Amino acid sequence: MRFAVSLLSVLGVASIIGTVLKQNEPYENYIIKFGQFWFGLFEKLGLYDVYHSGWFLLILLFLVVSTSLCIYRNTPSMLKEWRTFKEHATEKSLNAFSHQETYSSNASTDELKQKLIQFLTAKGFKFKFRTQEDGSELIAAKAGTHQRWGYIFTHVAMVVILFGGLLDGNLPFKIQEMLGYKRIETLDIPESQVAPESRLSIFNPSFRANMTLPEGVSDNVAFVRVRDGYLVQELPFRVALKDFRIEHYATGQPKSFESDLVIIDPDLKEPITKTISVNHPLTYKGIAIYQSDFQDGGTTLNFKVWNLFAPNAETQLLTGAIFQNGVLGEGDDALKVEFNDFRKFNIINMSPDGKGKPQNVGPNITYKLRDNRGQAKEYVNYMQPMQIDGRHYFLSGMRETVQDEFRYLRIPVDSDFGMDGFMNFRATMLDAAKYPEIAQRIARNSIDVKKDPAVKKQFEESVVQLLTVFAKSGYTGVAQVIEKSVPEKEREAVARTYIKMVSVAAFEAYNMSLEAKNKPLLASNADTETLLRDSLNAFSDIFFFGTPYYLQLEQFEHKEASGLQLTKSPGQKWVYLGSVLLVLGIFSMMYIRERRIWLSIRPGKQQVHFAMASNRKNLDFEKEFNLYREQLRSLIG
Amino acid sequence: MNNSLEYQQKNLLQSLRWQDWLYALIVFAGSIFAFVKYSQYMDIYEVSFLFGAATLASYLGWKWKGLGKLVLAVGIISVFSISLYDGEQAKATQVFLLKFLISSQSAIMWMNVLFVLAMVTYWFAMYKRSDFAGKVASALTWSAVLFGFVGLMVRWYESYLIAPDVGHIPISNLYEVFILFCLITSLLYLHYEQKLNTKQLGGFVLLVINAAVGFILWYTFDRQAHNIQPLVPALQSYWMKIHVPANFVGYGAFSLAAMVSAAYLLADKGILASRLPSLDVLDDLMYKSIAVGFAFFTIATILGAMWAAEAWGGYWSWDPKETWALIVWLNYAAWLHLRMVKGLRGPLLAWWALIGLLVTTFAFLGVNMFLSGLHSYGTL
Repeated sequence: MRFAVSLLSVLGVASIIGTVLKQNEPYENYIIKFGQFWFGLFEKLGLYDVYHSGWFLLILLFLVVSTSLCIYRNTPSMLKEWRTFKEHATEKSLNAFSHQETYSSNASTDELKQKLIQFLTAKGFKFKFRTQEDGSELIAAKAGTHQRWGYIFTHVAMVVILFGGLLDGNLPFKIQEMLGYKRIETLDIPESQVAPESRLSIFNPSFRANMTLPEGVSDNVAFVRVRDGYLVQELPFRVALKDFRIEHYATGQPKSFESDLVIIDPDLKEPITKTISVNHPLTYKGIAIYQSDFQDGGTTLNFKVWNLFAPNAETQLLTGAIFQNGVLGEGDDALKVEFNDFRKFNIINMSPDGKGKPQNVGPNITYKLRDNRGQAKEYVNYMQPMQIDGRHYFLSGMRETVQDEFRYLRIPVDSDFGMDGFMNFRATMLDAAKYPEIAQRIARNSIDVKKDPAVKKQFEESVVQLLTVFAKSGYTGVAQVIEKSVPEKEREAVARTYIKMVSVAAFEAYNMSLEAKNKPLLASNADTETLLRDSLNAFSDIFFFGTPYYLQLEQFEHKEASGLQLTKSPGQKWVYLGSVLLVLGIFSMMYIRERRIWLSIRPGKQQVHFAMASNRKNLDFEKEFNLYREQLRSLIG
Repeated sequence: MNNSLEYQQKNLLQSLRWQDWLYALIVFAGSIFAFVKYSQYMDIYEVSFLFGAATLASYLGWKWKGLGKLVLAVGIISVFSISLYDGEQAKATQVFLLKFLISSQSAIMWMNVLFVLAMVTYWFAMYKRSDFAGKVASALTWSAVLFGFVGLMVRWYESYLIAPDVGHIPISNLYEVFILFCLITSLLYLHYEQKLNTKQLGGFVLLVINAAVGFILWYTFDRQAHNIQPLVPALQSYWMKIHVPANFVGYGAFSLAAMVSAAYLLADKGILASRLPSLDVLDDLMYKSIAVGFAFFTIATILGAMWAAEAWGGYWSWDPKETWALIVWLNYAAWLHLRMVKGLRGPLLAWWALIGLLVTTFAFLGVNMFLSGLHSYGTL
């Protein structure tokens, strides 16, 4: 037993490791986290999948064996205790009891016997008689000896549960892998090219595999993830997905995930059609099919592509689909576009303090832009403008590695809630040919400047210069110029002047871009000021966007894929059986109290000797003994 | 007939008086009423839970009269509160009685206040050795439990007022189960208080309950956690109605045991020894509550496994919550093993029960805060 308890302790510690260290992550994450050395060591120890590692299974196996031995050794004595009345107790041994009492009586032996039997029966005791060597009549009684079954049940339950668990573990695969018959596949190759060594046949007794089915597609294989690779699990039937649905609550949170499945099997006269959802799986041929998650099933997408650095507002069209690639640009500068994910609903809590209600901000698209050296940047674009602090922006996030947070470019909406206004403004700001006119317009509105032609000319030149700098790298460029050419003391004042000048120029530029499109001009008011500030910030941020291409999602045709989990679990019924035994065992062990009573009637002396014992002495027993002692006194005395 | 029959014990049914039968009748009438009115929201399992709960409430009420009175009071006040709502959620802040007393939110606030008062009174009673103050403290605890249950019942109704598809039993997130925790722990304590006459322990037990009250208050005011949220798909199952309460009987009993063990350790050192029950009583109480907790925790874990088999595709996934439940289970299994098989007693077991609370708390709260997994709906 000591061995079993220490095994249980090791099991406990191992389990804790498994909860602290996130299990079954992609191996790159572990390398980044621990570094190459520790990564290798931990991998050898199987810490990335503790609960399926060889040593963990070995401990479980030892537990089964040692608990079985324990049962084997103790059950006979337990059964003996359960059956026996201990009627061979001698007067001497009864005298040694801590709980005993002797009564004297005038009644005859038979009369006493009758009374005592009535008493024991009323208290629910079973009893047996025996005439002692000294002629005294002994009644040996017991109650609650079923408690002994508690021990047997709980321990058998442990073995049964662990046995069930081992049945559902991947022990057969582990052994085959060790012997070299099987190996995991680590490459991302089409299923049909996976070698037979990495395939599990339909006769595999237990597995837990996953399957992603796009709408309208059927398949007869699933994938079992093992460490940093996978195995292909063949299925004895085909599963087709007709339709996948997500329903939402009024608040936008998901309410249900449902898949309309069709099971196609030559053994069936007609295919089975069934809708599964979370908490409502379908079982066929011993394989349970669960709704586990969902993902995109290849949504088709139409984009308008803006070149952020072009001094015009021309756009190109780009079409693509999730999990497919596209190309932007030409030659050495060409970028591969990898469309990774599309989400139709995004429930985000937009309130600044996080206390408000989460809301749906509409579809977004995640894609990567990869250059010809293989370097990629990841982008996430929201299709609809989002409200932040009462104003609306188109958000587009960029990050260079998965560890980073997305940094967002916020493009303010125009009066039509579109982004054309900003894009046209941006084009004007980038178009050097427009600078002289911008400068003239500013000069015309400035009383101080327009009086003197020399001042006016100088002023216009400086505006053009400033805009040229600004068009190259936004506020950063302006700051650099100031740092280089202005003495430290005057920098702040100069910076303020420049910012003022840029925003005045922006006002003219924005209006020029509106004029060109025959749109109503901006009035000078607080709203315009905010719009210009946001536009200039966005303009400055495009230099940090990492690419000249801005992909504006125009249209999509949503196609979903349902994530199914397929489980064959022959151990389940064993585990449930064990659980029932466990509960029965625990209750009988704790709530059935074994008590024994000996009543010895001494002939001649007319004395009754009462002794009581329990294998667990506690308050309840004390109370019961005291009660019986008094009741017997009034019964006999 | 003759005096030898004095020791004859009546069984439960023989000992019932007409009041007891009336009580059971009312409980069943109430559940039939609930069935008639709300059966369209229940599946077959939930109907069986409803009548199972009525049977359980009758049985427990027969065994423990105080609980019977509580069940009736909760039923009557809840129905009254619901009738005041009249099908409109806005009434919660318009009708005087609802706004200040028995809307779900007000009732829960009253529960919080009463628990604080009860704790203060218990300590005062112990300090003054006052029986009267002790009785007042018990009464305050009973009323806190009453308000808590009314709050939960009305919250259940309110969730359906938001939208029929949002409606669910209020044991679905951390805020709601913390209330459940307070109520179950108090009931367990009150049961033993009445049985073993241990009013001196109230101050200790209410410490852990008031820690939970503190959490509820912080969670309400800082996080607005009292707002009713719809259920994620994984939680939409009848299993929740049995898995969660069973678990909280476990957590509650373990907490009770830990508080009793704290009293034990103090008394063992001679601190407050003259005011506390004897070490034997404390030891017995500690054992009994761990035994109850262990039995229910086992059942809860098994129910959880069965639910997981239906919702997540496997009865055991080594999800952090599952794993920590196993660790808690092993911890108390070892405790019981030592006590029952090896006959160990004394301060060591008391320390163990006290430290066991840390393990339990981590399984209950820490896992949600620090580890991610399938049980993520309980996150802070």
